[in-house]
Amino acid sequence: MNIVAELIKLEKHYDLGAVLVKAQRGVKTQFAEGDFIAIMGASGSGKSTMLNLLGGLDRPTLGKYYLGGEDVSQLDDDELSRIRNERIGFIFQSYNLIPQYTVLENIEVPLHYRPGYPAISAADRKRSEELASRVGLADRLDHRPTQLSGGQQQRVAIARALVNDPDIILADEPTGNLDSTTEEEIMRLLHELNREGRTIIMVTHEPAVALQARRRIIMKDGVIEREEFGQQIPDEVAAGAATTF
Amino acid sequence: MLRLLRTIQLGLKNLLLHKLRSLLTMLGIVFGVFSVIAMLAIGEGASRQAQQQVLELGATNIIVISQKPAEGSGNGTNSEVLQYGILRDDFRRIRQTVNTIIDATPIREFSQPARYLHRNMDVRLVGCTSNYFDVNHLNMQTGRFISERDQEDTANVCVIGHEVAETLFPGEEPRGKAIRIGDVFYSIVGITAHRTASAAIGGSLSGQDYDKDVYIPLETLRARLGDEIMIISSGSRSSEKVELSQITFRVADAKDVVPTANVIRETLSRYHADKNDVDLIVPLELLKQAEQLKWIFNVVLGAIALISLIVGGIGIMNIMLATVTERTREIGIRRALGAKRGDITEQFLTETSVLAGSGGLMGVALGLMTPLAFSLIRWFAKQAILDPSQQSASKMVQMFDGLEPVVSWWSLAVAFGISVSIGILFGIYPARAAAKLDPIEALRHE
Repeated sequence: MNIVAELIKLEKHYDLGAVLVKAQRGVKTQFAEGDFIAIMGASGSGKSTMLNLLGGLDRPTLGKYYLGGEDVSQLDDDELSRIRNERIGFIFQSYNLIPQYTVLENIEVPLHYRPGYPAISAADRKRSEELASRVGLADRLDHRPTQLSGGQQQRVAIARALVNDPDIILADEPTGNLDSTTEEEIMRLLHELNREGRTIIMVTHEPAVALQARRRIIMKDGVIEREEFGQQIPDEVAAGAATTF
Repeated sequence: MLRLLRTIQLGLKNLLLHKLRSLLTMLGIVFGVFSVIAMLAIGEGASRQAQQQVLELGATNIIVISQKPAEGSGNGTNSEVLQYGILRDDFRRIRQTVNTIIDATPIREFSQPARYLHRNMDVRLVGCTSNYFDVNHLNMQTGRFISERDQEDTANVCVIGHEVAETLFPGEEPRGKAIRIGDVFYSIVGITAHRTASAAIGGSLSGQDYDKDVYIPLETLRARLGDEIMIISSGSRSSEKVELSQITFRVADAKDVVPTANVIRETLSRYHADKNDVDLIVPLELLKQAEQLKWIFNVVLGAIALISLIVGGIGIMNIMLATVTERTREIGIRRALGAKRGDITEQFLTETSVLAGSGGLMGVALGLMTPLAFSLIRWFAKQAILDPSQQSASKMVQMFDGLEPVVSWWSLAVAFGISVSIGILFGIYPARAAAKLDPIEALRHE
């Protein structure tokens, strides 16, 4: 099994003047390609910091972070932007779509920031449209986020996370704002992507959602407290998956 | 290039999202650019007007005029006859001694009522020689001007201005008829064509309305009316003795103007040293002054307009800062999806530039309409001033009348260029503020 991401003695300190907060205290782990990982933990346990580090939104104070064989722990701001653009797909709890853009335009946003800034080609456009129809929004291409339901918005975000064909998909509480039916829909999509071989790292505090991952990392006080393995997909999610795709 | 176009397209799109806000923000720049163009156009127009007037006086001319000395400085009291101004001896002396002068046109003028039947009108009676016609670039509507022969004969003939003809002879042919001035009848031999009154230039020459002139031979005027005239004003009467009101000397070449003027000044000063009753006007010097004045004019007006542009720029900066705050989340999203700091700076800078640029274009469009706007204002001003005989009002109208704003191409380019640079200048700070945002913080922003 290939290792897609590796954290070596990762430390992240926040200097708040009076106190030095150590949000990551020597985290050491590896992420296998094609795995579905849930990061859990109480608030303040360091799971958000870990996700920010994994997403290249932040740099570790100490330690190394390899992503796709590249050491990204010491890259400068522009290089980190490139890493985010090429290797990472983000899915946020609050969807984070650009309100003035249509569904299609939102999916295409990462393409605008590709290295060398190539123009959006016809092939790119076709791919974006395919992704939109994959997440079931083929007939909503011209809609704006405000015209969509929460679940639909999150599906746009998933399509957007796929458009740059990333090494890992980082999902931060992807179902946190959704009702249970919509949650099932989104989880079904994530399982589908995982089945295709995509690596998904998901932060969640909902045990039922976390149980659907193959591997669970439970964080406490900036270190990995323990890990669990084994996937339990509820029948309705599994059943839906079979019929939807 | 293609990418720049895309960024501009993106900027336009974002601005169109908030049409009213963008428009209001732009207004500052629109009016800034407009005022820069308008101010420069009016400055240019005024300077052309001055140049035109000076050229009408003739660049190779030197004009000597009689001036009434200031009250109290003369030697006469109220009961006596006040004598001042150019003497025929002065004319003779200068004509004989200064050899660069190729032509001289002496005149004697005063205000007189002219009558025909029951109609009368205050005219400017001008005793002149035949070359007055050329020197002042007059044109005949019908008939002929005063001739050499008229001078020799001291003939009782006159040439009347356009307005005089219209007022005294409505619907009649004036030629062959005679008007009465004082006790003398002058038969009309010609009518001059209409000519727009000229405005005063820099205080040294008053405006002239040739349409109210009546020209008679200088010799006739001297023989019939003499040098002394009585002025009855506000109940009191006074007499003035003036031999010549004005002499226009012409030299062959422009380079002779200044030396000749100096010699004339010298000659005159010997006889008019402490009376201060003659003045020398050199159009060429006025022209140079007008050029200098134009620069001062342009700089001052331009600076005023520039201030409004800067105010417009501050307006843009203010809105862009608000926009950055409002779109913090969007900035965070873009950063998370791979936008570099430079991309964010570029995006916001483009937006400000597009904002300022479109404002600038609108300003240029408005600026092109300056002459139209100006004539509208003039029209309204004329409507508003009900009593045109009012001295100050009519002077203003006169000044307005001759002034045509000239929109020069360079002023459009300069104003547009300044507006875009102001947009960029005032856009830098908000754009950098946007780029400096921490993506994690920005994503958390509500």
